[in-house]
Amino acid sequence: MMPYRYLDDLTVADVAFEARGSSLEELFTAAWEATLQVMIENPNSLGKVESRNIALVEPSLDLLLHNFLQELIYYKDAEGLLLRIEDCRIQWVEGRSKFARLDARARGQMIDPKVHRLGTDVKAVTFYRFDLARENRGWTATVVLDV
Amino acid sequence: MAPAGCIQINENLWEIPPSYKQGMQVPVRIYASKPLLDSMDPAVFEQSTNVATLPGIVGYSYCMPDGHSGYGFPIGGAAAFDIEKGVISPGGIGFDINCGMRLVATSLTWEEVQPQLQRLVDRLFDRIPAGVGGKGFLSLSRSEFRTLSEKGMKWCLKKGYALQEDLDRTEENGSIKEADASKVSEKAVERGYKQIGTLGSGNHYLEIQVAKPENILDEKLAAAYGIDQPNQVVLMFHCGSRGFGHQIATDYLQGFLRVMQSKYGMPVRDRELACAPFGSEEGQDYFKAMNCAINMSFVNRQVILHRIREVFSEVFGKDPMDLGLHQIYDVTHNTAKVESHTYEGKQQNLLIHRKGATRAFAPGMKGVPKEYREAGQPVIIGGSMETGSYLLAGVQSGQQSFFTTAHGSGRTMGRRQAKKQFRGQDLEKRLRDRGIYVRSVSYAGLAEEAGAAYKDIDEVVRSTAAAGLSRPVVKLVPVGNVKG
Repeated sequence: MMPYRYLDDLTVADVAFEARGSSLEELFTAAWEATLQVMIENPNSLGKVESRNIALVEPSLDLLLHNFLQELIYYKDAEGLLLRIEDCRIQWVEGRSKFARLDARARGQMIDPKVHRLGTDVKAVTFYRFDLARENRGWTATVVLDV
Repeated sequence: MAPAGCIQINENLWEIPPSYKQGMQVPVRIYASKPLLDSMDPAVFEQSTNVATLPGIVGYSYCMPDGHSGYGFPIGGAAAFDIEKGVISPGGIGFDINCGMRLVATSLTWEEVQPQLQRLVDRLFDRIPAGVGGKGFLSLSRSEFRTLSEKGMKWCLKKGYALQEDLDRTEENGSIKEADASKVSEKAVERGYKQIGTLGSGNHYLEIQVAKPENILDEKLAAAYGIDQPNQVVLMFHCGSRGFGHQIATDYLQGFLRVMQSKYGMPVRDRELACAPFGSEEGQDYFKAMNCAINMSFVNRQVILHRIREVFSEVFGKDPMDLGLHQIYDVTHNTAKVESHTYEGKQQNLLIHRKGATRAFAPGMKGVPKEYREAGQPVIIGGSMETGSYLLAGVQSGQQSFFTTAHGSGRTMGRRQAKKQFRGQDLEKRLRDRGIYVRSVSYAGLAEEAGAAYKDIDEVVRSTAAAGLSRPVVKLVPVGNVKG
């Protein structure tokens, strides 16, 4: 079973989904897979040609997820790259100041309409109903994408 | 379904009073016939009433007849704010800043275009990139891109991509003032500087349409706008500021969230309605960056028009001007602009947010092109690829909504539901059988835009006209479509 499901009743014009993971790393990876699937119907067709490292620090976990998804959307426009997460580490640091830190490695390739069955472009991650929560067996997030 | 407490004012106007929700400063006014009101999803009412709580809002929180749920404001939402006491909100504009419509006339008739239709659509599809990751033909430096984002269509005029008449027939003459590229992030530039001349995807499209004699609803106004022969062919397209605008909205939305409560003491009711006082440093920075995206989007549509002229010239072997390829008008959808309006008996500057809504200035108003001064501002309402679109005109009674009207037919079915219900390949065939030739980057994207996923555009336009927001001039039916 996919670690995400689309929520058809939450929005009419855009795309909403709920992602799950037993860890934050699994949750973030699932949330990006759900986003990617909106833009490309056959994400398995993406070759591992290019690699990018993503490092983010945010004051809260939900902002970390928001900006993680935004960062991957950025590569789609700025470099024409669709990426998949290969390795992801997330830390919640509590010291003199509290913050969430993410280090991830993503691999993928330039968009090629001859190979990739394209879907709908994702413009942005909205804050509408945006939510990240801890549950008994892990983590869940609700995301509405502007398309 | 409208919430309890929603009062019917007349056949096409409904009101939700401030007592409905704590913090509402003004009532909500929804322009819709009963069937359209009933088709609106509950989030429309939630979002419209949230807008009514924003500081400095004046008059009403408006929702147009094509309204449907968005984020922050509903799509089809509009609101005016006091310049001194009011706020500016990216959620009242949308991520796709200055997503808008352009309508272009030709002197060709359907009989002349029909034999070349397939070739025309194929060439337009080849020459105007669409879909996920589409890149334009212009090779620009980042610095040049920043310049064009400040200059708008004046940049196109200088570079040979526009005629003066194109600027004259564009809202704000295609170059909005107070655009400052120093307020735009490097990330926004990186996302946008290769995307000039691209359509994007979703509900973005380029369409060849026909003005059939039976669909001319106001002959005099149609002629004033340059539609004056039977079965005249026109082109309509819909696109925006691409990744550039999306990033500017994202940057400032997050920035506003950091200061809204802590610096300005404003409660965050909905994070998508993050805002800052219009006169504050943060508010002004966003305004100037957003204006850059407005200009970039005008340039994007202008470069697409340049490509259209090249394709028609190539296919028909004539100069584009000999084919009558004159722009009728270009309207913006997603903006916040300072406009002068009469409010409470005084002429004053107000900040008008329109999200999925169109400005519709009346005859005689400043800002309407000289040649349309008697007719009023053209309004372009895009429909689905199956059902057609409309050209309308601004009217004096539009004053009731700060001269704001509908922008499209409005979605009624979710994208995933549409994909479950329709197959892109079947839709393409069905359209071809009806004489509409479609090229699309994505069959999934095509299915999402099926006509049945939208409200009845005829009903939207009927309600818009009956409410006195704008006057229908011509219904335009599609014959060819390039879909992102």
